[in-house]
Amino acid sequence: MRHHLILRVVSKLLIPFILLYALYVQFHGDYGPGGGFQAGVIFGAAFVLYALIYGVETAQKAFPASWLAILVPLGLLIFGGTGVASLLLGGTYLDYDVLAATPTGGQHLGIIVVEFGVGVTVTGVIIAIFFAYAGRTDDIQDDDW
Amino acid sequence: MIAAEHLPVLQVVGPLLAAPICSVLRIRNLAWFFTLIVSVGAFLCSLLLLQTVMESGPISYELGGWMAPLGIEYRVDASNGIVLLIISGISSVVLPFAKRSFEAEVPEKLHSLLYTAYILCLTGLLGITATADAFNVFVFLEISSLSTYVLVAAGSSIDRRALTAAYNYLILGTIGATFFVIGIGLLYMATGSLNMADIAVRLGTIAEIRTVDVAFAFIVVGLALKLALFPLHTWLPNAYTHAPSAVTAFLAATATKAAVYLMLRFSFTVFGTGSGLLAPMAGTVGIPLALAGMFAGSIAAIYQYNLKRMLAYSSVAQIGYMVLGFGLLSVTGVMATTLHLFNHALMKGALFMALGCVFVRIRSVHIADLSGIGRQMPWTMAAFVIGGLSLIGVPMTVGFISKWYLISAALEQEAWWLVALIVASSLLAVIYIWRVIEAAYLKAPPPGRAVAEAPLSMLIPTWVLVGANIYFGVDADFTVSVARAAAEGLVGVMQ
Repeated sequence: MRHHLILRVVSKLLIPFILLYALYVQFHGDYGPGGGFQAGVIFGAAFVLYALIYGVETAQKAFPASWLAILVPLGLLIFGGTGVASLLLGGTYLDYDVLAATPTGGQHLGIIVVEFGVGVTVTGVIIAIFFAYAGRTDDIQDDDW
Repeated sequence: MIAAEHLPVLQVVGPLLAAPICSVLRIRNLAWFFTLIVSVGAFLCSLLLLQTVMESGPISYELGGWMAPLGIEYRVDASNGIVLLIISGISSVVLPFAKRSFEAEVPEKLHSLLYTAYILCLTGLLGITATADAFNVFVFLEISSLSTYVLVAAGSSIDRRALTAAYNYLILGTIGATFFVIGIGLLYMATGSLNMADIAVRLGTIAEIRTVDVAFAFIVVGLALKLALFPLHTWLPNAYTHAPSAVTAFLAATATKAAVYLMLRFSFTVFGTGSGLLAPMAGTVGIPLALAGMFAGSIAAIYQYNLKRMLAYSSVAQIGYMVLGFGLLSVTGVMATTLHLFNHALMKGALFMALGCVFVRIRSVHIADLSGIGRQMPWTMAAFVIGGLSLIGVPMTVGFISKWYLISAALEQEAWWLVALIVASSLLAVIYIWRVIEAAYLKAPPPGRAVAEAPLSMLIPTWVLVGANIYFGVDADFTVSVARAAAEGLVGVMQ
């Protein structure tokens, strides 16, 4: 991939901003459009872009496939755990009101934590799907372009 | 601290959160033990729930503290309490059996993920049953279906055909789920609500009936695919044949039951009188297809050589009985359906587990390989024979209770021809069960085959279900009283 200079330079320039934008979509999600699902897809897409330009093996050095097996269940646990926490604090399952001192504060906290869980799982799943498919074939050689 | 009031949601959330934890437990015995604990926990929840429901009426639970029509409501009454009990109970009996069975049939490195898929399937089935929110049903339907495809495909190390079976099931299951969700969408369009009870109330007030009728048709077809109503059953025989034995035992006893329950729930609680199509559908589609399934399934079963496939076709026939009871649209008919949900889970669970025991020892469930097995594995084959008698409907077994109420329901409507057909199709069951008995007991074992009895960890769970077949066949008070409460709850809404 040495002579695809433009692709390499532009993607290197873009990837940090894609990741940053994903975080914006993630944590601004409860005020504007966005949320965990969209943010997770954008965050995952940054790694997919990296893998497309620099090869799957390089991408797996940056993001080991073994993390995925932890990341995907972790997000679900964060989501479900929030529900259990609200249940233990005296509300019904996923009743965010009881999570903080005031109900409004509780709703804020609850939705941010839950969306974070969604973001973690979606990021993991997007990358896992890409690795699973891309890992099945050899990397595209320069001559094949 | 976690009071009994949270039971409806704990029942579902426990397994749901256990699944991600199980997926990181890389030690297979640990994963198995964890799954067993979770399943037994869910079983205890469902026992407590059913007891509470029978004593003090339906329990409603509001997720997130949002009021019922806005938020998601979980609602447990007699009709789904019994289904929760079947699902979690069968799961808890199959799991001790599953350990040795998986060791014999599935590569070791897949075990902890297989148990994860198993818990997810359990979560999905429990969720489908517990929720009172129509869209929530769809979400759980997908959770259970997707994990089921994985479970079926896990049989591929024994027979590669498990992969095509799982793929076929994936395609047909997805079509079924799509039809179902289109129906839900149309219902939402017509009523603006997703809560089942709320939809039922609003259906009574709207004049626009065509959207509702189309919604009903889509939901019925989607569910008919999921519950494998003849002729939409084509995914079932292959999936049950090629899945690992423990998976088949679990799915045959639970998956189609949850779909039958949904059919009852949507037909009576949600649509009830809201759509004028219920009675015509039951009379012109439900009963004829149920009868066709009873005969086509039983006749196909007679010609099978692979015994798992034989029992799978027999399941198609048994689903016919359940839909027949439903099609009669009476309290006794729905009682018969509910009873058969419970009873069929017991008999098919026992039969498939007995075949799992046979497979562990002789690596085959082909009828030709079973000659003389009754003398070499007496306990296993005795379990199979009692399960088979129950399937036929011999008195003192649960099969008799189901058929008794089904025939009573037919007699209530003076449908003598139905009684004759029910008895005739039961006689077909005698033929295919007899073929197995003949091979197992009357033929000599092939010379040189030394087979020991199945391991106790598999025999005991099998015999627990066999014992339940006899116990609930002799003392049907519990099942009949729950089934009556369930049927009155469902059909009473309509009348």
